[in-house]
Amino acid sequence: MKFLRCGDVGVLVELPTLDSVLSLHADLEARPVPGMTDLVPALETLLVKFDPGAATPEQVCQDIKTRSPQRLQRQAGEVLTVPVRYDGEDLAEVSSLLGISASETVRRHTGQVWTVAFAGFSPGFGYLVGDSGGLEVSRRANPRTRVPAGAVALAGEFTGVYPRESPGGWQIVGHTSLKVWDLDRDPPALLTPGSRVRFESVDSCA
Amino acid sequence: MLHAGPLATVQDLGRPGLAKIGVGASGAADRGAFTLANRLVGNPEDAAGIEVTVGGFSASPTEDLVMAVTGAPVPVWVDERREGCNAVLRVRAGQTIRLGVASSGVRSYLGVRGGIAVPAVLGSRSTDMMAHLGPAVLEDGVRLPVGAAPTTCPTVDQAVTRGATGGRLRVIMGPRDDWFTAESRRALVTEPWTATAVGDRIGIRLDGPVLQRAVSRELSSEGLVRGALQVPPRGHPTLMLSDHPVTGGYPVIAVVVDADIDRAANMRPGDTLFFEETRKQDLT
Repeated sequence: MKFLRCGDVGVLVELPTLDSVLSLHADLEARPVPGMTDLVPALETLLVKFDPGAATPEQVCQDIKTRSPQRLQRQAGEVLTVPVRYDGEDLAEVSSLLGISASETVRRHTGQVWTVAFAGFSPGFGYLVGDSGGLEVSRRANPRTRVPAGAVALAGEFTGVYPRESPGGWQIVGHTSLKVWDLDRDPPALLTPGSRVRFESVDSCA
Repeated sequence: MLHAGPLATVQDLGRPGLAKIGVGASGAADRGAFTLANRLVGNPEDAAGIEVTVGGFSASPTEDLVMAVTGAPVPVWVDERREGCNAVLRVRAGQTIRLGVASSGVRSYLGVRGGIAVPAVLGSRSTDMMAHLGPAVLEDGVRLPVGAAPTTCPTVDQAVTRGATGGRLRVIMGPRDDWFTAESRRALVTEPWTATAVGDRIGIRLDGPVLQRAVSRELSSEGLVRGALQVPPRGHPTLMLSDHPVTGGYPVIAVVVDADIDRAANMRPGDTLFFEETRKQDLT
């Protein structure tokens, strides 16, 4: 664990694995550091934000050093199924970038369990990491100005579901009818750090 | 509301604590001026008010209201009578309060006793311009509800403030200062920087020396804070403000200290500023 300063309002904790990020995130959520205002998990880091009037970076680090977060006990079975119609505009492009057939791309996407590493880009947008990889593609050279809500896309080692219509540069492989973001629902976001997901190929988006 | 000016939004102290669902804190860009407006009218500090950009705003209440204008100094009129900033104003039903053009700075605040009572979204009435969350951006002619007056009363007629923008902003180096050459780290805190016209509630792009990377690999996206100086490949930093993204994929060379961000948020295109390094030991 390495600690880096983010001004007088944050400490960036570098961690070796996504599991260790999620474990520390869960631990700090359960037992917050005094003065803590937010936690921002990422792939290899956890940003701990705090009120500079209530805590110092040194105090936050000392507190975190005393913790030994338990590895998250993930029970088999708590995996959310996301139905996807694999008709994305970039499915052919993705497959040719990977040098495989479109059906093999779909097989790899549906054939592994994905974990939400962190959220960002827009409310409810989760960055999901797969447990067996094999789908790493670059972003589109020309981002789209309009990506519909429910678009299922790939970029780098991640997959994600667009929570609402927005611009976007990820490679779209399909669409889901599942609402991953709904302000009238509590909680509004379906995909939060640590959630596990399996994609399932369906014929229609009904 | 009669005229919104270039940009007027409802703001409070934002919605911190929601990074895990991809939602940033947002909130008033100049928190010091915003909370002062609330204190002047006897509100709790987090009551919602209106953030006005460079002035040009006017509104007419349908009932008698107590108001205050703080932040970037603007001429204020209630009907034909000239009023002061940072003062408790009584505006009668049917009168018009007008804010002229700010002589310096960017963001002025209109505090209203009782607070602006639009519906809260995820616990806050702040408009987040990046996430498109919260109340809609104010348009000419909209009607805004005002909440019930609090039990606390205004205690002063006028607050004495030190108007300040830009100038010298203190920074703490990191978290990724080691991704830049020693020369660039030095340039950050010795050379002048200019605020460009590319600036909004999300951040302000700065012009100055090109900051050269010592580490060329890609950074995996990581959490951002308000005040972060994030450096995209072109080498000119963006100073992150209230509506900054939750995470970012470019290294942050340094972060402006919390106490100086209100001044940063009032920089105008062409304003010159210097960063001053606050010495801190390594954390690890």
